[in-house]
Amino acid sequence: MGIADIVIKFILVVIIFAISLLIALYSTYAERKVAAFFQDRIGPNRAGPFGLLQPFADGAKMFLKEEIIPTNANAFLFIAGPSLSILTACIGSAVIPWGQKLTIGTHVIDLQVADINVGVLYILGVVSLGVYGVMIGGWASNNKYSLLGAIRAASQNISYELSMGLSIIALLMVTGTLSLREIAEQQHGFWSHGWFTWNFFKQPLGFLLFIVCAFAETNRTPFDLPECETELVGGYHTEYSSMKLGFYLFSEYINMFISSAVMATLYFGGYNFPFMDHIGSPNLVAIIGIAVLFAKIFFFIFFFMWVRWTIPRFRYDQLMDLGWKGLIPLAIANIIVTGIVITFLNR
Amino acid sequence: MNTFYFIAFLSVFFSILVITAKNPVHSILYLVLTFFTFTIHYILMNAQFLAIVNFIVYMGAILVLFLYTLMLINLNKESEPRKSNLVKFAGVIGGGCFLVTIVAALKAFGVSQPVVLNDPNLGLVKNLGKILFNEYLLPFEVSSILLLSAMVGAVLLATKETKTA
Repeated sequence: MGIADIVIKFILVVIIFAISLLIALYSTYAERKVAAFFQDRIGPNRAGPFGLLQPFADGAKMFLKEEIIPTNANAFLFIAGPSLSILTACIGSAVIPWGQKLTIGTHVIDLQVADINVGVLYILGVVSLGVYGVMIGGWASNNKYSLLGAIRAASQNISYELSMGLSIIALLMVTGTLSLREIAEQQHGFWSHGWFTWNFFKQPLGFLLFIVCAFAETNRTPFDLPECETELVGGYHTEYSSMKLGFYLFSEYINMFISSAVMATLYFGGYNFPFMDHIGSPNLVAIIGIAVLFAKIFFFIFFFMWVRWTIPRFRYDQLMDLGWKGLIPLAIANIIVTGIVITFLNR
Repeated sequence: MNTFYFIAFLSVFFSILVITAKNPVHSILYLVLTFFTFTIHYILMNAQFLAIVNFIVYMGAILVLFLYTLMLINLNKESEPRKSNLVKFAGVIGGGCFLVTIVAALKAFGVSQPVVLNDPNLGLVKNLGKILFNEYLLPFEVSSILLLSAMVGAVLLATKETKTA
């Protein structure tokens, strides 16, 4: 690996980081506009044209607000909580293939930071680590509501991680690899050998289970029990103010972006699009591929918001019932059916 | 090799912090860091699958449950049981004897022979899966039955009281 490759990787990391933050920033704006649309309102429209500068105004507000650390809180862990939360939200993007390889002159640019052969498991690991930020912050606040929020987050994450893992096992039986790059390559184009290439059409039930678990893992409505404001004031971030609160809210939007990217890559063909073989220039295909991937990601982010403003929150026992008695048996049945079908087709 | 010594030092350091920390929640957080250093050890040994599974299962699930339980039972310094001097004395003697035994046992050993793997890529998912499901299929299945029985047993113990009440 020459110095040029290292520089390219470094630039790629910086770009991905900046894009994650920018998308998270504008997701807050999009969320308000979507909510306004669903509720027949106008939404933010004062800061800049169409309220486009609203996220920056909010960011400035977060930075300038008074920083409060409660007297009986554990100061170190109180700060470590949101930091850990935003860290785990940002590192997930490392294994996602953002596009096909670009060739500029003699350099081949791989639009993926790390093509490790346990990519899918890495995503699961990062997801499972995400709960620590919430738990540590909730416990360190020394507030009963925060603690309840933290405990809810822990049990919810563990329950839904199980069905998420099981739904991915069925997908891995189809793909036969753990590398996200190879999974994306297998979904090349849209149609071959008399069936769709995208994994959604091979694993529809698996995708349904995965998206439900993704909602639960990102603490989005209808599963936002850890910050349920009707019962727990503000949940795990009740005591937080200024940018530490901002980090918690921000990491939720980054998580939404990353999980949308993972869903698009695993089930909806990633950067692949129909008729991609009919375009001559490989670089053009790669660039259109990046645009297509982001279009898919934006659709999923919109879907997250659509669900949030349509479906009311679950009760806590309903949440646990759905996770343990609904999703896990379905996921196991999905694995068995997938196994039988694969054996039958290979005969 | 230097990386190994550095990570090994961190492992030992954090494990000591686990047992010396006054607050049980801090102990668990140090334990999380200890397990994280184990993950790095596995990666250094080219056992990627083991590393990531250690990461997901231990750090991501088991320790979260530990933390969960400790947060619920709310251990304070006041509720910590006071140990009598006799118990402390017995503990020191027992620990000292153990240390002497360990040192004597270590002295009896020669320099260990490093085991060289036939296939350095054994830890990659593909190779590990092939070996587990071909060569070691029976032990694998038996251990999964063992885990299942432990799980059923735990559920049985947990539900017993509610039925009799």
